[in-house]
Amino acid sequence: MTDEFADKDVLLTIKDLRIEGRSDETWNEIVHGVDITLRKGEVLGLIGESGAGKSTVGLAAMGFTRDGCRISDGTIDFDGIDLRAASAGDRRALMGKRIAYVAQSAAASFNPSHKLIDQYSEAPVQHGVMGKSEAESDATDLYRRMQLPDPDNIGFRYPHQVSGGQLQRAMTAMAMACRPDLIIFDEPTTALDVTTQIEVLAAIRNIVEEFDTAAIYITHDLAVVAQMADRIKVLLKGDEVEESDTASMLSDPQEDYTKSLWAVRSYARPEQPPVAAGETPVVSVRNVTAGYGSIDVLKDVNFDIYAKRTVAVVGESGSGKSTTARVITGLLPPRKGEILFDGQTLPSDYRKRSRDQLRQAQMIYQMADTALNPKLRLRELIGRPAQMYLGLQGKALTERIRQLLDLIELEPDEYIDRLPSELSGGQKQRIGIARALAAEPKFIICDEVTSALDQLVAEGILRLLDKLQNEFDLAYMFITHDLATVRSIADEVVVMKEGKVVAQGPKLEMFQPPHDPYTELLLSSVPEMDPNWLSDLLKARGEA
Amino acid sequence: MNIIMPLVWIAAVCAAAMAAGWIFRTVAVAVSPRAIAKALKSAPLTASFGMLMILIYIVGAFLAPAIAPFSETEIVGREFQPWDDVHLLGTDSLGRDMLSRLIYGARNTVGIAFATTIIAFAIGSITGLLAATVGGWMDQTLSRAVDVLMAIPALIFSLLLLSIFGTSVVTLILVIAIIDSTRVFRLARSVALNIVVMDYIEAAKLRGEGLWRLITREILPNATAPLVAEFGLRFCFVFLTISALSFLGLGIQPPTADWGSMVKENATLITFGDITPLLPAGAIALLTVSVNFVVDWQLHRASGLKD
Repeated sequence: MTDEFADKDVLLTIKDLRIEGRSDETWNEIVHGVDITLRKGEVLGLIGESGAGKSTVGLAAMGFTRDGCRISDGTIDFDGIDLRAASAGDRRALMGKRIAYVAQSAAASFNPSHKLIDQYSEAPVQHGVMGKSEAESDATDLYRRMQLPDPDNIGFRYPHQVSGGQLQRAMTAMAMACRPDLIIFDEPTTALDVTTQIEVLAAIRNIVEEFDTAAIYITHDLAVVAQMADRIKVLLKGDEVEESDTASMLSDPQEDYTKSLWAVRSYARPEQPPVAAGETPVVSVRNVTAGYGSIDVLKDVNFDIYAKRTVAVVGESGSGKSTTARVITGLLPPRKGEILFDGQTLPSDYRKRSRDQLRQAQMIYQMADTALNPKLRLRELIGRPAQMYLGLQGKALTERIRQLLDLIELEPDEYIDRLPSELSGGQKQRIGIARALAAEPKFIICDEVTSALDQLVAEGILRLLDKLQNEFDLAYMFITHDLATVRSIADEVVVMKEGKVVAQGPKLEMFQPPHDPYTELLLSSVPEMDPNWLSDLLKARGEA
Repeated sequence: MNIIMPLVWIAAVCAAAMAAGWIFRTVAVAVSPRAIAKALKSAPLTASFGMLMILIYIVGAFLAPAIAPFSETEIVGREFQPWDDVHLLGTDSLGRDMLSRLIYGARNTVGIAFATTIIAFAIGSITGLLAATVGGWMDQTLSRAVDVLMAIPALIFSLLLLSIFGTSVVTLILVIAIIDSTRVFRLARSVALNIVVMDYIEAAKLRGEGLWRLITREILPNATAPLVAEFGLRFCFVFLTISALSFLGLGIQPPTADWGSMVKENATLITFGDITPLLPAGAIALLTVSVNFVVDWQLHRASGLKD
């Protein structure tokens, strides 16, 4: 694949790039000498876990650093222009015109008080590439190519009036406005559902090919980068691990770190024996209809969760997964139906539940950052449930906290008096798990617990949850939109769409055809490591 | 020359102030326990100077009887004596020692302002946090009551209440505290509203935590930074309110020394080109500026900005 670009002109050359970040009054090097050569029309995938320096390198390719960072050494040469030496004015003339940037969260990057088309035409008009009316007709044309619905009128909407996937495509169209030579994509599909992600990926790939634009595609999702990039570069903690063309990188990675990244998706929980007939489920959701205001978010939902079993609840955002969790925990009393715990009806409002009923069902949240009180030390965060529910005090309590820290594989002496801000993302999530365990529950709801984490870290969390389940006979309800996670941890799967359960059954059954149409759509939308996966899928869907 | 000299003076005073701040910071870092020393090290010179000044005021307030050469009420000489060796800052309109009254004024004015601000904060933050946490009718009742109180101009309202209830120190403190607590309520409520939507509050509720524990352990620690910053600002406003009321004759009553009324009583001297009556006003200004230096630093720390 590299040969395809070998005779093209070099567009961007970065040599020995070093970037320093400032913390506590000192400068520490966070990128340790990265080289990038990008030819016209070529797409380079940058992958690595968070903290690897992907985004920092991506921004540096535009000659830019975040506040508190500085480029300390190296050269950045864009088509003969030295971006490090260029004045702010010279750089400004390039930005948006010859180099464009697509951010991870389109929702946060659009100005909410201007229409899409006005934001589209700002760059071309400012740079004097096009007049206002010309830019607007060009926008409509690009919206059409990006396969946005109603391209003639969608530009006249405000950002909050279109969906996340559409916004991400509108943003890509906007980056294309001046037909730049280089676009930096910083995790453009990470925040999207798998089904929406496909559309955005396809649109980005088409338009990049069509205009022969070079791109740097930053992501932590290997399967995504396999679809998008011609070459892949792996970063780890600011160092380059290896680089090669996509096909050989996927089939024959050289470095151990790359191999470990590739192997993550192979973890699978051993098959569980079927539930004994007549066993009472730990939690039963019975004919639940619930919602906010006059809208029913859940419509007649039914499923059971047995001890030592994991039920994965999957569906796209808005399908009612989290609302189901809120009904079970009693935060949202249902309009109809009931929740049974060990065969007993639970009061629908959590305030009416006994302390013991509250103790039995615990919850682990998606964002450990907001789920842990930032001002409390781990001792209190983990100790409080044990103190409250089990009446532990003094020495016994400390002993229990140390035990829990041991369980989640954190060294008690080192961590017991830390604040959440002194932990990494994965460690915070472990504390969330320890807090749930401290109550000695029978049932735990895991709400997207791994979706904010890197794949390697997420795998560690999944293994830990699995280990704890076997040790304490826990029942899990695992809410996720990631089917790879479902494959590795679930015993049973419940597929939800628009507040209804559209399919449910044992995992093996669910992953084998025939599926109902929606499950089929979900399953087929999960990116695979095969670089031709996207093309094949689009072709297959086009024929159908 | 006429323009340059004052500029030189201002520069010299600023430099002296910063130098004092630097010395204070160095000493403070050396003598404090490690955790506090680390925080102090990051203090800018302005904040160090502010802290030094506040410390001096506090010492002055506590040790007033020991430091002041005369009593605050005793008539020790003729009216309006000029500065001399016995009466370092002269005497006031009744012949009381100006320096002694200035020192006692720190005790009275600052003490009352401090007590008032504490009460205002106790009332304001508890009701504010309660309104945000409980919500519903509790929030509506408290917020609308506060709206009504805030609709009446503060100074007029306090003049009115003081005329009704009389002008003892206790009524003065309570009246200003209640009027000021409405502002604290607003802040505490809006800060807490952003906190109660966090997952950790939901987790605490689901754990079955009571209202008191929810407010004191889960919400309050996360709301302290803005509340502390507001405390500094409120303290200044309360201070100014008391001085203003004293100036109008409804604040601290004579013969108790108070900076606001001291300005009023001796105001005639200004026409003779004597700056003595401005000294109490200067004391107010210096303390206000000092408190704000410290508050700015705390705000900067709380916002987590890195320069």
